[in-house]
Parts: sequence; structure tokens; C-alpha cells
Amino acid sequence: MRQLLLFITIILVGVSFIARLFYLQVYNAEEHSLYDDNAIRKVYDYPKRGFVYDRNGKLLVANQPSYDVMVIPREVKPLDTLEFCSLLKIDIEQFKKIYKKAYHYSPRLPSVFVPQLSKEDYAALQEKMRKYEGFYIQKRSLRDYQTTIGANVLGYIAEATQYQIDNDPYYNMGDLIGKQGVELSYEEELRGVKGIKFIQKDRFNRDIGPYKDGIYDTVPQQGKDITISIDADLQEYGERLMQKKHGGIVAIEPSSGEILALVSAPTYDPNLLVGRQRSRNFTKLYNDTINRPLIDRGLLRMHEPGSPFKVFVSLVALQEHAITPQTTLYCSGVYHYGRRGTMGCHCGGGKRDLVLGIAKSCNSYFANAFRKNIDLYPDAGKAMDIWSDHMKSFGFGNFLGYDLAIGKKGNIPDGAYYDKWYPDFNWGATTIISNSIGQGEVLVTPIQLANATAAIANKGYYYTPHIIKHIEGKPIDKKYTTKNQTTIDPKHFDPVIQGLFDVYNNGTAWFLKVPGIDVCGKTGTAENFTIIDGKRTQLTDHSIFIAFAPKDDPKIALAVFVENGYYGARWAGRIASLMIEKYLKGEVTLKQMEQMVLDKSLEEEYAKPYSGKPFTINN
Amino acid sequence: MYRETNRYFRFDWITIIIFLLLVGFGWLNILSASHVGETIDYFDFSQPYGKQLMFIALTVLLIILILSIESKFYERFSSIIYIVSMLSLVGLFIAGKNVNGATSWYAIGGMTIQPSEFAKAATALAVAKFLSDLQTDIKNFKDQIKAFIIIAIPAILILLQNDAGSTVVYASFFFVFYREGLPKIYLTLSLLLIFISVSSLKFGATITGIVFTILILAYHFTRRKKPRILQTLFAIATCLVLSFGIKFFYQNILQPHQQDRISLWLRLEKDPDKIAQMRRDILYNLYESEKAISSGGLTGKGFLEGTRTTGKFVPEQHTDYIFSTVGEEWGFAGTTFVVVLFVLLLLRILHLSELQKSQFSRVYGYSVASILFFHFMINIGMVMGLIPTIGIPLPFFSYGGSGLWGFTILLFIFIKLDSNRINEW
Repeated sequence: MRQLLLFITIILVGVSFIARLFYLQVYNAEEHSLYDDNAIRKVYDYPKRGFVYDRNGKLLVANQPSYDVMVIPREVKPLDTLEFCSLLKIDIEQFKKIYKKAYHYSPRLPSVFVPQLSKEDYAALQEKMRKYEGFYIQKRSLRDYQTTIGANVLGYIAEATQYQIDNDPYYNMGDLIGKQGVELSYEEELRGVKGIKFIQKDRFNRDIGPYKDGIYDTVPQQGKDITISIDADLQEYGERLMQKKHGGIVAIEPSSGEILALVSAPTYDPNLLVGRQRSRNFTKLYNDTINRPLIDRGLLRMHEPGSPFKVFVSLVALQEHAITPQTTLYCSGVYHYGRRGTMGCHCGGGKRDLVLGIAKSCNSYFANAFRKNIDLYPDAGKAMDIWSDHMKSFGFGNFLGYDLAIGKKGNIPDGAYYDKWYPDFNWGATTIISNSIGQGEVLVTPIQLANATAAIANKGYYYTPHIIKHIEGKPIDKKYTTKNQTTIDPKHFDPVIQGLFDVYNNGTAWFLKVPGIDVCGKTGTAENFTIIDGKRTQLTDHSIFIAFAPKDDPKIALAVFVENGYYGARWAGRIASLMIEKYLKGEVTLKQMEQMVLDKSLEEEYAKPYSGKPFTINN
Repeated sequence: MYRETNRYFRFDWITIIIFLLLVGFGWLNILSASHVGETIDYFDFSQPYGKQLMFIALTVLLIILILSIESKFYERFSSIIYIVSMLSLVGLFIAGKNVNGATSWYAIGGMTIQPSEFAKAATALAVAKFLSDLQTDIKNFKDQIKAFIIIAIPAILILLQNDAGSTVVYASFFFVFYREGLPKIYLTLSLLLIFISVSSLKFGATITGIVFTILILAYHFTRRKKPRILQTLFAIATCLVLSFGIKFFYQNILQPHQQDRISLWLRLEKDPDKIAQMRRDILYNLYESEKAISSGGLTGKGFLEGTRTTGKFVPEQHTDYIFSTVGEEWGFAGTTFVVVLFVLLLLRILHLSELQKSQFSRVYGYSVASILFFHFMINIGMVMGLIPTIGIPLPFFSYGGSGLWGFTILLFIFIKLDSNRINEW
């Protein structure tokens, strides 16, 4: 028996070793990945970010080198913080704060210590960098804007957020990512693919050479250059016209859906969001709650469309056979409906058919058309559903699907909408009559309005608006080259277009003619309200205008929206005429009109609600 | 008989083949753990793998020498070999060279020799000689003391040179004494000592004392034939002294780094942050070696492909932590292969020992198995974190000339003794 003690002990130890090894190496084993292996240093080689050109080949966005100071907290040795801080132009408190944050993120992974040094700072620092263990410089490429316009379109790049890093394995701490505009929409094309080098480290964290002679290393793929549909000259001109005003201009080429100009005012210089001042400037822009320069009004400003909507109301009425172009109505300056309902009209009164109705923007005519349209069906809810579907076929009431990441749905009410609104009330055409003149529950954005205008110019179809014109070595998304048909037959557009043309002849925009160009347009003046000290207060009307030109071969369709600009022809109409002339002729002959627009500041108007004093409107 | 007709086939080739496999596989792993850069010059004697190749070559000469010496020589000269070996240990106090805090080396020219590696074989011979003496009876208390002194001398000398790891190995002779008739009470006491030590550290001396007192009393009163009350009281006193003694030993005699190793092993520290910090700082080696082993997976990353090995993440990897290289590069398949080889080798030696006709050969064989087993158990157990860190090499595997030669001498003297058993009367 005594012989068995050692024998059994040996077997027990052998078995328990194998069990432990099984646990360590098989049961509990982690998939070995080079990326997670802290024995391998990953060195990234960032490719050139793609350039951005305008539709005429003008370079808008290029690159400039930038240098980030990175830190790996675990490797930091005691250092002369005073000297280091002065080189980095930070103070000791900031140093401590940033260091703590980096350490908190990870003691062994690199964090950005100071981002985006200038070339001069880099030169001064580079010589002494060797002294500061645990710190190193990562070269990156920053944007170099060749222009001061189109900040809302071009967007900007900034460090990827923790959320983005967690959700996309491509990005590491400190990587730059598109945050807005085309930088965001075409991030994948523009950024290219960064290269990676695997470097074997020893336990003192020293590099001891490429891992496996670099067989797993990859070379960076350059970012693709893109051409956007923006006409830089037109965009620049639009921004100039909109200076000291709030609002947006969206211009679209009807035959392609390409966005020619997407102006948002007030705007900012895209160069503000580059380099070390980026975050300070961003905060400043973000906190400017009166001007809100970061809001792209062309895409985000939902408003009641006002009179331009009458055009679509009449198109639906024609399609539904509620009216014909010959339907006439005598306007007495006021439209009576229901038992006591009245709607004023500024058209001057007289006998109106469709063409004249549009030209004079006669409220009564379209209230009548709308009412007839809804009354076609015994059930107003059903009628509104049909009406709503027609409207939505123009791109109203939903996201358009353009290639910029922000937008608003707007609102096109249907039967269910009013059933919810009036649960105990048998609502009818007269209840919702103000929709007929674009003042009811209808909400649109400038780009929706511009797109629908393009659909009129095309007599019944549109291409989804898009900002991309060309990507190096890759076709653009098919949905931007596919026609979207509206539900309106092409024949109904002729009288409407005639009406829009007459707006310039004998209508509300007679004084805005562009010499040598047949322009079709429609003025709009939208009442609007705000709340001051808990009281609903009316503000000066919004000035709205839609137009396309030339009439017989439309090259440009646009919508102009000027906040609190008073009547449609006053500012929006003028800006539309100037934009059209600029785009079609390349130069502007309406010098007097141009000067008038450039000189006009609405800042006083925008200050009114904040002044705390009583004020007058529409003057 | 066949074994008689050809003298070479008298050697136990199974043992020799396992030995060759271990040395060969060991060298491949030393190469992995110590090479720098992409090109390997096998005869670069400035690198551990080159040196080890030279050590292996010299080992072949050593084996031929050992096997060609007459068997009787080892038995007759065992006392002299032992005395010479002990003197070489004593000499370290005068001419020893300090490496890593242990004064265990002689520097001769460019080489260093570690006499404690050879002392194991010498002690095994001495123990075999003593126990096989017709007048020796291990059941006799006086002889027990004598046997204990034989192993205590090298153990204490080595401990004084600050090489606690190698000292522990001498405890392996317990198996030998037990096999040769050491009374069962020692086994009971040893197990009791282990239980009380662990329990005292883990649950506290007082609780351990109380629990063991109750157990002994229960034993006392439930026996039909009552043991004498004095015996019982003595047993209780022993338990109490042990449980408080161990605690005292742990707190006041062990050095802080030894305390930490035990503390971590028994999970005495409760604060998770402190544990994490201890694992990173104090037990950095263990932390990295466990990581390297588990990163190997089922089949490993491949020879020379281990990233943690190439990056030298495990300190002392080519010596005491060589098993982690096996783990990373050869995976579960490789580690199991090594464990199975060792178990086979040990069982083969045990089997052969039992076949010996002379008691000297049998005791010596048993000693060889016990010493190798202790190294195997402690080294691999340590690298995997199963037992506290005790720095001793893995036989035939770890880098080092003295170690390799010491184990080779130990094993091949037995192979020589075994080859002669047919001729013995």
C-alpha cells in the first residue's frame, strides 16, 4: 500500500493540471485578435481625405496637416510640466484635467492630449518631444476650406464621439469623422480607409520591429474626391443677398434634382470649425440662440407655406375635377363660408378664373376650389385622405430622402388628423378652409417647397433633390436618378404655369420681372405668431416666394423664405429674381434691386420680440 | 537473455526517449522565448538558445560518462559524493556569486555553476545509501533523525543562500521515507499540518484551534476503546500551537513578497482593487504567464508565433516560466503533451524502482521520482497560478546548464543502476 501514495499523487496532479489547462486554454479561452493584443502596437496611417468640388469644378474643400499630441497615461514619466504646458499653450490646471480624463478613459490606450496643433506649435514641440515619455505626436489631416461659403452644406469634421467609437470598430479615439453636411453624408467615400501597421512590443512597451515582417499591415486607401451639385457662385450670391436676414434659399435644377444652392442665413465661416479654436467657436455658434447659425433653415425651418400653396391646392382640385381652368368666381374682397365664417382677400376684387386667381393670389378663389374639392365626397375625412395623398406625391409631409442628414417632415393633414383634432365635431371643408391658402395645419420646409416647384416646372414629376453630383470612381445612388411621379396629370399644369407666369405680368410680382427671362413664380405672405410673456403675439409676416425659369425650359426652381420679411414680393420675390438672373445669365443687371436687397437689414425686426417693449408689425 | 547479450539494450529506452523528447521540446521553446529579431543563428552562444544547445551537447558527454562508470561506484562512493557536494554548498558562502538576490553560483570563467542543482542527486545517493544499510530502520526514531539530518543539511545550506524554492524540493524525500517504512503518524501529521496551515491563514487561528479541538475531542469520546487522555490533550495542544504558530510564522517571519504570494493564492485579500493591483505589480510574472497560456487556445499560435513570447512579456520566460511559451505557441495540445510526458516519465521511474532487487537502487529510484515530481508539480502549478510562486526550474525543459546537468545526472545514475539489476545477486 505504501507504494501507492506517490503513484496516486502523481496521477492526481497530472489530471488536475490538464483540467486547469483545459479551463485556461479551451473553456475560458478568448479569441486571439491582433487588435486586442496589447503586445502589438497598432500604428495608423491616415489617408488623404477626399476633396470637395462644386458643380463647375471649383475646389471648395482641401486638406491641411495637423498634429495631435497623444498620451498613453501608463507610460508617462515625471516631466517638466511647466515647460511642457508652455509649449502646448495650456496651463497646469488644464494639464491635470486632461491627464485625469485620459487616465480615466484608459491608462494604456492612447488619448488625444491636445488636438490640432498649428504647424508653428508643432515645430517648437517636435524637437523636445523626446523628453516627454508617454506622449507622442499623431499626424492627421484637417480640412482646409478654400471658401467662406456653404458651411451648412459642406459641414465639418471633428473627433468621433465615444458613442461612435463604440458602435463602429473603424474609429479609434481621436479619429476625425464627418459631423454635418456632405462630410457626414459622404463620410465613407471621403475618409478612405486608414492603413495599419502592427508593431511587436516588448514588456517595457518598446517597439522591437514590425510584427511578422509586416504581412498583416495594410496601406491606406485614399479618400475619394466628390463633386457636389452646388454652384459656388450662386451659393455665394445667395448668402450675400440673405445677409442680415434670417431664412433660406433652396434652388434645384428641375431636370436632375440637383441642389444648386442651399442657403441658410445667418450662416458662418466654415473655417471657424477647424483647428484648435473649433470647440470654442462651436460653443459660441451653438449658444447663439437668436441667430442660431448652426440651424440649416433651408432644410429645417418648418413654416406655413402661405400663398404658394394655392398652386398645389388648385392642381389637386383640377385633378379631382372639382374645378376646371374655366371655373370662375366673383371676388368681393371677402369670402363667406358656413354660418358666420369670413376670409378676407387682398386681390382687389373682380371676376376670377384660375389663371387670374393665381396671378392675383385671390384667397376667395382657392377657398372655393378647396371647398368644392372636399365637398366632392360625402365624407370629409375620405376627401382629406385623397387630398393628402395628392399633396404627398409632391414630396410634402414627409422626408424627401435627400442626401443630407437633417430634415423635417413638415405636415400635410389627412382625415384622421382632423378626426383626432375634433373628436366630437362633424368637421367639414369650411372647418379647415385656411389650408386652401397655405395657412392652416399645413407645414413645409423650404426644400420641400423648392422641390414641389421643380415638379411643377417638370409638369408632374421630380427627382429626389440631392447634393452629390459625382463621386470619384463610383456612380451616385440610383434613387437620385429615378423619376418620382406626382398624382397630377401633366395637362393640368399648363393653366397653372400660365397663372404663375402672369404673376410677373399682371400679378403680385409685376415689378420683379427679369429682363429677357420668362419667370414663373408665386408670392407668399405667411402670418406667424410667437409667445411673449405667455401671450400669443403676432409678428411681421414671413416673406415667401417660389419660382422657376425659364418658363418653357426650366433650368432652376427655387423657394425663398425670409423670416418676418413682410409680404412675399418684398424680399423673397426680389431675392428669387436676382438668384434666377445670376444663375441663368451669370451676372446681374437688376442693380438697383440688388442694392436694395443687400442694404436691407431685418435685424431690428428680429430684435422686436426680445426687446420687452410693445412693437408694431408689418411696416 | 537479450538484455545481457547487448549492453546498450540493458538501458531503459522508454525513459531515455521521454528524456530526449523533453530536452528537445524544451529547447524549441527556449529558442522561442529567447530569440530576438527575425533571423536565428543557432550557434550564437551569446543567446540562451545557443548556450542551451551547447549545454545539451555537453549533456551527451555527461551521459556517456555516467553510463560507463561501474554501478557499484555510485553506491560505494555515495558518502564521499555527498560530502563533496555539501562542501561545495558551504563554499558558496566564501566564493559564491550573487544573482537575483541568491548566492547560489560559482563563477568559473564565463560560466556559472549552481551547486545546489547537483546537491539533489548527491543527497538522493546519500539517502539511498543510508536507508539500504542493513542496520538502518526508518521505524526507529534515531534513524528517522539521522535521515532527517541528511536532507536537512543541504536544505538549510540552500535556504541560507536565499534560494527558498530549491529548499522546498527536499521535502520530496518524505515520499521516499514513507515508502521505506516511515510510520503512518508522520503522514497524518503532514496532512494535519497542511490543513491547519491553510485553515489558520484562511479562517483565522482561533477558529481553526477551536474546530480542531472539537474534532479531536469528538474522536476521543466516540472511540469504543478510549485513547489515553494525555494523548488527546497532547494532540489538542499540538493543533493549537500549530494554528497560532503558522499565523505567527506568516505574519512575522515570511518576507512581504512571500506573504503576498500566499495571500493571493489563498485569496486572503478581499478588496478587489487591491487584488488587481497585487496581480499587476507583485505577481506580474504570474499575471503575464497566465495570459500567455490562455491566449494559446486549443492548438496555440504556432512555433515562434507567440506575440507575448516574442514581446518578452513574461519575465524569466526561458527559465522558470518556460511552460507559458508552450501554452502560448502550442496551445492545449502542447501543454497536455508535456504534462503527459512528465507523468509517464515519473510512473516509469516508479515502476522500475519497484522492480529493483537492491534496496539502494530502489530508494535511489524513488528519490529521483520524488524530486522530479516536486519540480514538475511546483513549476507547472506555479506558472498556471495553482500554487504560490516558488521559483524552481522545470526539469529538462528550463534554460540553464547546471539545472540540465543536475537532472541528467540524477536520472542517468538511476538508468545505470537499473541496467544492472539483472546482474545483481
